[in-house]
Amino acid sequence: MCQVGEDYGDPAPEGPPPPRPGHELKCVKCKEGLPVVVIRAGDAFCRDCFRAFYIHKFRAVLGKNRLIFPGEKVLLAWSGGPSSSSMVWQVLEGLGRDSAKRLRFVPGVVYVDEGAACGQSWKDRARTLADVKLILQTVGFPWHTVALEEVFALPPSVLRCSAQEPVGTMGNYKVAVDSFLQQEHMLGAEGVGGSPNSTQGEEQLGQPCTQDPQHPAGPPPADQTEALSRLFDSVKTLTAKEELLQTLRTHLILHVARTHGYSKVMTGDSCTRLAIKLMTSLALGRGAFLAWDTGFSDERHGDVVVVRPMREHTLKEVAFYNRLFAVPSVFTPAIDTKAPEKASIHRLMEGFLLRLQAQFPSTVSTVYRTSEKLVKAPRDGCAAGPRCLLCMCLLDVDTADSATAFGAQTQDCSQMRPPTPPAEAPTVPCCSTEVGRVQNCFRGTKPCGREDSRARVIEQLCYSCRVNMKDVVSPSHPRVVLGGGAHPWGLLPRSSSWPFSAVALLGPPATLHLGRGPAPQPKVWASPTAGGVLEGSFQALAPVGQSSQGMASPQGLAGDPGVSGGEQ
Amino acid sequence: MAAPLSVEVEFGGGAELLFDGIKKHQVTLPGQEEPWDIRNLLVWIKKNLLKERPELFIQGDSVRPGILVLVNDADWELLGELDYQLQDQDSVLFISTLHGG
Repeated sequence: MCQVGEDYGDPAPEGPPPPRPGHELKCVKCKEGLPVVVIRAGDAFCRDCFRAFYIHKFRAVLGKNRLIFPGEKVLLAWSGGPSSSSMVWQVLEGLGRDSAKRLRFVPGVVYVDEGAACGQSWKDRARTLADVKLILQTVGFPWHTVALEEVFALPPSVLRCSAQEPVGTMGNYKVAVDSFLQQEHMLGAEGVGGSPNSTQGEEQLGQPCTQDPQHPAGPPPADQTEALSRLFDSVKTLTAKEELLQTLRTHLILHVARTHGYSKVMTGDSCTRLAIKLMTSLALGRGAFLAWDTGFSDERHGDVVVVRPMREHTLKEVAFYNRLFAVPSVFTPAIDTKAPEKASIHRLMEGFLLRLQAQFPSTVSTVYRTSEKLVKAPRDGCAAGPRCLLCMCLLDVDTADSATAFGAQTQDCSQMRPPTPPAEAPTVPCCSTEVGRVQNCFRGTKPCGREDSRARVIEQLCYSCRVNMKDVVSPSHPRVVLGGGAHPWGLLPRSSSWPFSAVALLGPPATLHLGRGPAPQPKVWASPTAGGVLEGSFQALAPVGQSSQGMASPQGLAGDPGVSGGEQ
Repeated sequence: MAAPLSVEVEFGGGAELLFDGIKKHQVTLPGQEEPWDIRNLLVWIKKNLLKERPELFIQGDSVRPGILVLVNDADWELLGELDYQLQDQDSVLFISTLHGG
């Protein structure tokens, strides 16, 4: 099939091209309505059928992965963009349905203002925030707006992975739903103003402008804004910037969730975005964590689980739905707005996948289906190992293994510390000065072990976070605003505090030239099944489309896809 | 020979950034030899409306992958994509899906 000199531009000589769907065609589902949108390859839907299809997909994803229990508090991470706006709208509609099919969790919304990272002025940010608040008030859920600068004030506990709550089994889920329904019936019979859910709904609507009292309107402290701007300006590549932003945003959202008692966070990652993310993660060296990065649920943070209910909707469907049914969204420029195609790995992969999709319309769905098959297998069977400080995934590096090229590379990072005798290494009192400010102190005759602390931090990062950190260059005199009191720089045990502001300290010394060059093949501790599935499925990324490789059973699929009564 | 057409061109999803931030443009396409189809409209837009970074909007003779085109709120794939002949008072909407999430 693939021959040198074959021109892919020619139409396949299979006969006359398939007839274009035109006005003569009817909706493929109801066979009556006038089609308005083409989904997948050639399925034309009319407006009503499209709406039913879209809503059904959302409910089915939630119902299939029975992770969200009735009455649970779920935080919706809303960026203002189309996918997350659509998700919030779906939740809003789902909560208002008749009792049999109503969504049964208790939502809240969080919006993160990232203007400082993008270099926006406070005036622009205030204008965006005003638009945001208008929409949030319309939606009516309790909402929280946080500025990205607040990541500097996070307590150190965010970096600790809390003890994992046992994930509900199928039996637990059914029991929980049944008892919830029983409760509803009982209360309804007693004549208490309808079901508990509706009273909950009234309570919610009664406090529509629930703004977090800790975050009053007004610009965040100027020094925090400046620190954030400096942090992002100091990052050399857009790729590292995007990854850093992603990390900071995730931790901030999780902190909000923990503070307010939310046990789940919903993000609006769409099918297209997840396919791009899967490929980008592979390029960034996050192959070991693909299942968590792109799966439906992400439990790496322990007590708060991140779920992705929009993962089966393509960007086209989202855009059409938002347009046809007037879903409000707010446009905010991001760090990669108007970036050229080759500015970052993310941009490059996006362009690659979308161009491929234009010619082979099953590309995105094939990649997405691959992500469904990834299994979350712990490395070598040990589920409780050290975790990466930044991304909270189990470390995939093995510092003891220096025989491989990868091992040599990671060894190099830890060789960065100056050759001081071990007795002098823990220079604790030198740097831990008063609360609030730490300067690159030269109190002694030598600079206190900044290289030391950097090396120790690097040791506790996974491979891709290490590569990202190499692109973060520190300013010459790092002024680090500490949160949570004085901080012993000498020793950084795994579970200790490490404020994000320390990221500013991490900069490659002059001798280190490792960047995003041709990296040696990282030793990826994915389970053999996952690796095999990946290789096998990607061979199907040709016009064939239907990947029929049924490898490890998909995560989270129960036996019965049918949902009735117990559906959420 | 095509008569002049009055068409509304709208941009959304971030595409308006390339057009000075203006979302709706009421344009009058001049009469010309060739009929006005989407292909010619794109050429016209590139010449007259697009303010910067043409490569972020147009690729070859079509739109960049990731930009949806709706004509009168219907998918252009149903209408023949680039070959659809514009009528008077049509509304063409370009939504960029690449921005935001």
